[in-house]
Amino acid sequence: MNSAAFVVIAILTLAAALATATLQKLMHAALCFAVALVGVAAFFLLLGAEFVGLVLVFVYIGAVAVLIVFTILLTRRDIGKDRGFNWGGVLVAVAVFCGLTWSILKTQSLSSVAPHIRVLTVKRIGEALMTSYVWPLQCIGLLLTAALIGALILVMEERG
Amino acid sequence: MSSSLDQIFVTAKRWLLSWLAGTPDWIIQIASSLLNIFALLAVFLTLFALISVLERKILARMQNRYGPNRVGPFGLFQPIADGIKMLIKEDIVPARADRVVHFLAPVLIAAVAILTLGVIPYGRNMTPFAIDGGILFFFAVGSATELAVFMAGWGSNNKFSMLGAMRAIAQMFSYELPLIIAVLPVVMVVGSLTPDKIVAAQAQYTFGFVPRWFVFTPWGATAFILFFVSGLVESNRTPFDVPEGESEIVAGHMTEYSGFKYATFFMAEYLGMFAVSGLAVTLFLGGWHAPALSLEIVPSYVWFFIKLSALLFVYIWLRGTLPRIRVDQMMNVAWKFMLPMAFTCVIAAAVWHYAGRGLRGWLWSLVVIAIVYTALSILLDTRRKFAPRAYRFAE
Repeated sequence: MNSAAFVVIAILTLAAALATATLQKLMHAALCFAVALVGVAAFFLLLGAEFVGLVLVFVYIGAVAVLIVFTILLTRRDIGKDRGFNWGGVLVAVAVFCGLTWSILKTQSLSSVAPHIRVLTVKRIGEALMTSYVWPLQCIGLLLTAALIGALILVMEERG
Repeated sequence: MSSSLDQIFVTAKRWLLSWLAGTPDWIIQIASSLLNIFALLAVFLTLFALISVLERKILARMQNRYGPNRVGPFGLFQPIADGIKMLIKEDIVPARADRVVHFLAPVLIAAVAILTLGVIPYGRNMTPFAIDGGILFFFAVGSATELAVFMAGWGSNNKFSMLGAMRAIAQMFSYELPLIIAVLPVVMVVGSLTPDKIVAAQAQYTFGFVPRWFVFTPWGATAFILFFVSGLVESNRTPFDVPEGESEIVAGHMTEYSGFKYATFFMAEYLGMFAVSGLAVTLFLGGWHAPALSLEIVPSYVWFFIKLSALLFVYIWLRGTLPRIRVDQMMNVAWKFMLPMAFTCVIAAAVWHYAGRGLRGWLWSLVVIAIVYTALSILLDTRRKFAPRAYRFAE
């Protein structure tokens, strides 16, 4: 059942990704991108990494996808216009794909047998974040706070 | 404790599944999920029909008129008439609209609302979709609503739709923060994101008669109020129905929808309201637990739905009482008051925990909340002096 689900999700994700790359209207591409992200999140859920999958949906669908559509809406005057075909993009995509395939095939450390791992619960992630990774966490928190304040200063009305 | 009446639905499901005994495991799994989905849809669509007529009745009562009373006894068959009316209406799609996006928006918004209903425990052993991170699932899936609203606004290719969608998304984003941060103290105190465990943590009674619901602690009460108000905003209900303010922007992102698609939006709004209230019941009002030991003979799901109906009544009551507030007022409240208060709840819950979760912790967390509340109300006071209005007449 898991392998059948894998195939179905893989086909959906790849189809959405392909649609993102080829659809003529920018807004359609952005919405298909959201569908592809849901597919990736479904993979995480299938692997039992529930927290990562749900956070992926939360951050990427709830925030990043909305951010993207808003950016398109606010910056483009001709949203409905066709954007043509970008051969440079194809080149980059093929190059990245080949590079990744090459490096995966060359590596020795991957075994074809899945190692036995403990189920990754939210509790374990929380404990790890609060003990061994507490400094990186604090740094990210500081960075995000700085970004938030920066955004506020950018949009603040100048008085006087 | 698990009397037969309490577990009647669980037993019924087990009995239905026993027909499939002998078939492969995955068929039973799928059948079990389908049964859950069917039960969920049946219950909540019925509740939607019931609430839509009750809301009109209660509003009418508050406004000193009769309300629907023509179809069936006391107008109770009104939803059926409305449903038929909606189904046979013409489905109009604007000529310049993006047909696919325009069509998918109501589908997505309804799907999201139904999915979020799945993780709420409706009774003992009655969680349709019990996963480890249920609370996270609720918010993760719920965040797709914003995308659906955007699709509706953009796909309609109409200025009113787009403006309404912008307003809706702005307010949903702003109030998602207090909504989620108000949940944090509960998650911290229980130490779990699983709705079932959160309900289980509220099972006991202090002194033998006060139920240990989180709403009876100072931080819980504050978080509950913040959660409820944010929930009102998230479901676009009066007094926060700015996105569809009919006096300004027709019907917001729903302007270009007619017939059954409009009905789907309407239904999704109500289902979202049920989901947020259901989560509020689970987090703060003790879920399906009875308010007193002697009342535990009444089945657990009955208690859940009594609490849910009480919250829904408050929703309707507020709609009958309050006027719509302005966009800037709403944003100010969200960022300047509700967000700091939500953070205070987190601190107060920590104080409560470290002071021993007893009376001492209760008082200390009350002190924390009172200090921040007073400080905020002094800081946010604009010191506007109210003087008699100076009238100017035409001369």
